[in-house]
Amino acid sequence: MDFDETVPLSQRSEWADVVPLTQDDGPNPVVPIAYKEEFRETMDYFRAIYFSDERSPRSLRLTEETLRLNSGNYTVWHFRRLVLEALNHDLFEELEFIERIAEDNSKNYQLWHHRRWVAEKLGPDVVGRELEFTRRVLSLDAKHYHAWSHRQWTLRALGGWEDELDYCHELLEADVFNNSAWNQRYYVITRSPLLGGLEAMRESEVSYTIKAILANPANESSWRYLKALYKDDKESWISDPSVSSVCLNVLSRTDCFHGFALSTLLDLLCDGLKPTNEHKDSVRALANEEPDTSLANLVCTILGRVDPIRANYWAWRKSKITVATM
Amino acid sequence: MQKLDIAGLQNKDGSFSGDIWGEVDTRFSYIAICCLSILKCLDKINVKKAVDYIVSCKNLDGGFGCTPGAESHAGQIFCCVGALAITGNLHHVDKDLLGWWLCERQDYESGGLNGRPEKLPDVCYSWWVLSSLIMIDRVHWIEKGKLVKFILDCQDMDNGGISDNPKDVVDIFHTYFGVAGLSLLEYPGVKPIDPAYALPVHVINRILFTK
Repeated sequence: MDFDETVPLSQRSEWADVVPLTQDDGPNPVVPIAYKEEFRETMDYFRAIYFSDERSPRSLRLTEETLRLNSGNYTVWHFRRLVLEALNHDLFEELEFIERIAEDNSKNYQLWHHRRWVAEKLGPDVVGRELEFTRRVLSLDAKHYHAWSHRQWTLRALGGWEDELDYCHELLEADVFNNSAWNQRYYVITRSPLLGGLEAMRESEVSYTIKAILANPANESSWRYLKALYKDDKESWISDPSVSSVCLNVLSRTDCFHGFALSTLLDLLCDGLKPTNEHKDSVRALANEEPDTSLANLVCTILGRVDPIRANYWAWRKSKITVATM
Repeated sequence: MQKLDIAGLQNKDGSFSGDIWGEVDTRFSYIAICCLSILKCLDKINVKKAVDYIVSCKNLDGGFGCTPGAESHAGQIFCCVGALAITGNLHHVDKDLLGWWLCERQDYESGGLNGRPEKLPDVCYSWWVLSSLIMIDRVHWIEKGKLVKFILDCQDMDNGGISDNPKDVVDIFHTYFGVAGLSLLEYPGVKPIDPAYALPVHVINRILFTK
């Protein structure tokens, strides 16, 4: 950091020719912000170069100072892009600049949009770098919404699909409850140009998901993922024996939450699954009350008890059970 | 002049950018549609394409993300459902499926709502989740009493204000969403707020029903 940067702008010889422009809050400002002196002065000088449209090296440095005071100012980011283009500035250096700003606060829409702009200009050459950058951010916060959004954009725009499914697995090994990683897995199997699409991947993904469910049956994400693998294909969903058997497996255990297994079984029944005696026995074993006439009905009753905060939802599900669903 | 600027930010695929330099996100679809509705010139944009884009961001869990394929997130869901509500296109939402996803946000222990599976409850989701549930007529699927208690537990009883959870420091953002959430929960003494516009009902009535 230059010694000069701790000196107020009005006292730096480099800026002597510039007349700072004060902010015009109008005649009757509502809730005017009590800016610190350093902030006010920096913004006054930024306004001057912005309105005079000075796209110079000192302008570039000033945008950096301004962004360090408020990295959310999208006008400053926008002007910085104009300056970068005018100076034909090294965009690889710009990637490093963004990473430095991200160290302080990476939950900033403007920063990620700027990153995308730079990466788009640099093209497929930086695919490795973008995947590496998002990986680093996700290593600190594995559900970072901006990082995932940028990573999805990178794959779409620049490529790099080869190792993405493995990366999802890596994250799920660290935390099988990471809903973002499950979502990314779905993104990859449905959109990767290197894989065969959802139906081609279904068998291996069902196997993968069932393993995850059995290890942690109280995981909303894995159960939802399992259902999503059968998108629009109700027939396969209700006829795949491994789907109903994972429900039975979980229901037979006494050491875990049964809610998702029960709701999945309920969905299967409502979609047309004909319950076997094994299904009926499994559910009845959990019922305190006398068995109802329909299995689906009984499942709803039990759900109202094991997931009481959503009692109204399960009561509604019960009311929707048709005569056809046994 | 402002009306034309917003409409000019619609892209060919129906999505909206936040400014002339192009970040695309369903947040901007909501903001554009909400603003133009209040200004009474929704006809300046291609509403059908705007709706098509929002629908393309719908996921298999019934929720919506910031772009197609992005993870369902309660904040993005509010934006998408709100935009669909304002333009009269709620029939594109699978209300039962989304309603269930939304009511799964409620935590049994604290009564609070989170924004995605396995994340911590946060007062601001009292707005994003709750307003979405109201727009799709499924708010009775959450336990209202427990949620009211969670919001009230997030108050700073000495200095005022509401924080994201009972342990943290208050801020304006969470105070607004906590109060807005209490309004949706019909807490006594709080004026009604419109779930799609996030403005008091009497303000929206004045805007929409006068020339």
